[in-house]
Amino acid sequence: MRVAELVMAIAMAVFSLLLMWKSTELPIGWIPGEGPGGGAFPFWLSAAMLLCCIAIIVRWVLRASPPSRSTEAYMDPQALKLFALVAGSLTVMVGLIHIIGVYISLPLFMIFYMRVLGGHSWKTVGGIATATPVVSFFFFEIALKIELPKGMTEPLFYPLYDIFM
Amino acid sequence: MEIFAHLADGFLIAFEPLNLGLVVFGCAVGLFIGAMPGLGSVNGVAILLPMTFLVPPTSAIIFLGAIYYGAMYGGAISSIMLGIPGASTAVATTFDGRPMAMQGRADEALIAAAVASFVGGSISIVLFTLFAPPLAEVALAFGPPEEFALMVLAFATFIGLGGDDIPKTFFSICIGLVMSAVGLDIVSGEPRLIFGDLPGFFHGINFLVLAIGIYGIGEMLWTVEISKGEVMVSQATVTLARVVAGLKNLKGTIKTMLMGSFLGYFVGILPAAGATPGSLMAYGIAKTISKDPDSFGKGNVDGVVAPESANNAASTGSMLPMLTLGIPGSPTTAILLGGMVIWGLEPGPLLFVNHADFVWGLIASLYAANLFALLINIGFIPVFIWVLRLPFTILAPLIFGLCVIGGYAPTRSMHDLWLMLIFGVVGYLMRKLDYPMAPAVLAIVLGPLAERSMRQTLIGSHGDITEFFVRPISGTIMVVALILIFLPLVNVLRNMVRHRISKTPL
Repeated sequence: MRVAELVMAIAMAVFSLLLMWKSTELPIGWIPGEGPGGGAFPFWLSAAMLLCCIAIIVRWVLRASPPSRSTEAYMDPQALKLFALVAGSLTVMVGLIHIIGVYISLPLFMIFYMRVLGGHSWKTVGGIATATPVVSFFFFEIALKIELPKGMTEPLFYPLYDIFM
Repeated sequence: MEIFAHLADGFLIAFEPLNLGLVVFGCAVGLFIGAMPGLGSVNGVAILLPMTFLVPPTSAIIFLGAIYYGAMYGGAISSIMLGIPGASTAVATTFDGRPMAMQGRADEALIAAAVASFVGGSISIVLFTLFAPPLAEVALAFGPPEEFALMVLAFATFIGLGGDDIPKTFFSICIGLVMSAVGLDIVSGEPRLIFGDLPGFFHGINFLVLAIGIYGIGEMLWTVEISKGEVMVSQATVTLARVVAGLKNLKGTIKTMLMGSFLGYFVGILPAAGATPGSLMAYGIAKTISKDPDSFGKGNVDGVVAPESANNAASTGSMLPMLTLGIPGSPTTAILLGGMVIWGLEPGPLLFVNHADFVWGLIASLYAANLFALLINIGFIPVFIWVLRLPFTILAPLIFGLCVIGGYAPTRSMHDLWLMLIFGVVGYLMRKLDYPMAPAVLAIVLGPLAERSMRQTLIGSHGDITEFFVRPISGTIMVVALILIFLPLVNVLRNMVRHRISKTPL
């Protein structure tokens, strides 16, 4: 926990510096008669973020904040494994949406989650993994007229468009 | 009497078949979301907001308002049956609700929670109906300096009253504001903070991307971690005779209910406070004024009634500043406020003038939602208990799926989907280190409004910053805000001085 607290504070301090540097692309100073320039708002807020990070680091050194005193693990091995599996499979799913679209990618994720992490029967898993894309298609594409990304599976939907739209 | 005419118009809108249907549906969904451990009103509203593009804004806010309400009722269900708060707002309900369930009085606790919620909701809506129009009237005189001062006050309450780690709270506010600045500069129209020249940054960071990231993905990652262990669902038998007996038992708790309702309502109005501290305070006071304080924590009905009436009253209270001033009173109302911007409504006192049907439709629908939430809650207790037995490994992928589609739908860009995922994961990692997340969500919603009102004031006054302090209303608000900001600093200094004095040998 102690290490994680320091690492997060330093990472966020670096991020604040990056934001400050990026803000300078627009005038950050005071334009006479008009007030602050376009970059001033984000610049000074990022500077405040940096100050906060420094305060967090100072409190870490002084052991003033609860996480900097805690001897507990930031994530125990079991939690880390679970986090890696869930966050990892989410990332893979979002990545796959680019290629095979949401209607294939989402059910694959659900099958993985329910079968591998949950250990549910194929009947349950199959039912939910089939129902979800069907329901989302009717709700989003037909009712809301929001086209969800389909990637290379787009041609498969042409007949459906013909029927419902 | 003008209020009653408006309210009557509101009821006509709220009782349109579509809207009434949405109230009932919203209450049921809200109860379900509230009952699920880990998910509360803010998660439900964030994840489901993109789904409301199907209906007109008035119906959308009615639906989301009903979810907000239902979730406040529902939170008590898992607090009592599982001993795990269904939402942070129902933490205090576990203190006495769980012991009651262990003693086989689960049904009594559930009915007490439902009735207390109803009383809290009813009293707060009446207060809301009476207070909102005059406040909006006053707020009509507000110009950009007053608006800016109010937003500073909203953030100051997080620092002064939040109680969390101050540097982290301040950091959370700043990062939210900086993210709201991404996109095109509102005055000069120049692009700013466009990272890696990605075109996705030009339209700015939609607040929903952050809200769904943190309250959808981040919250689920959090729940996945804490729900590893097995939980035990208590048994509850609900029959009409037992409901009537339960209601009779509640006679003695009326005083507690009234106290919780009024307290919750006023605490709910404050931006940083809201339903969670409101319910904890109500519990504390109920215990103090009780004739039998030792029985608290061992299954005293008053201990269930106090927090439940307070959290419902607070949820209505937090809508007061949202509708009249355009300043949200809680993270949930921050998301509702962001929704209004998406629906093309200008939040602030002008809502009462320009969109009276929207405002009064919402107010009237809260009366209806309160009643339906009570009926659905008591009528379907067995169904909700069944829901609690649903394995989390089935619910989790469904909710992740909703987040992904909901994150994509408002802007239809994959860029936003990736941002949402990053916010969710980073938000989860930061939350584990006690970084508060609510200020960031509030900040990204208020950021563009705050920057605009600040720069409008400064352009109007030719860059004279004293403009914020010389106007009577904005000046007063600014001074209060500054006191709140410096309050923790003074405390720190005082502690340091005291520390030094105690160290020096006498």
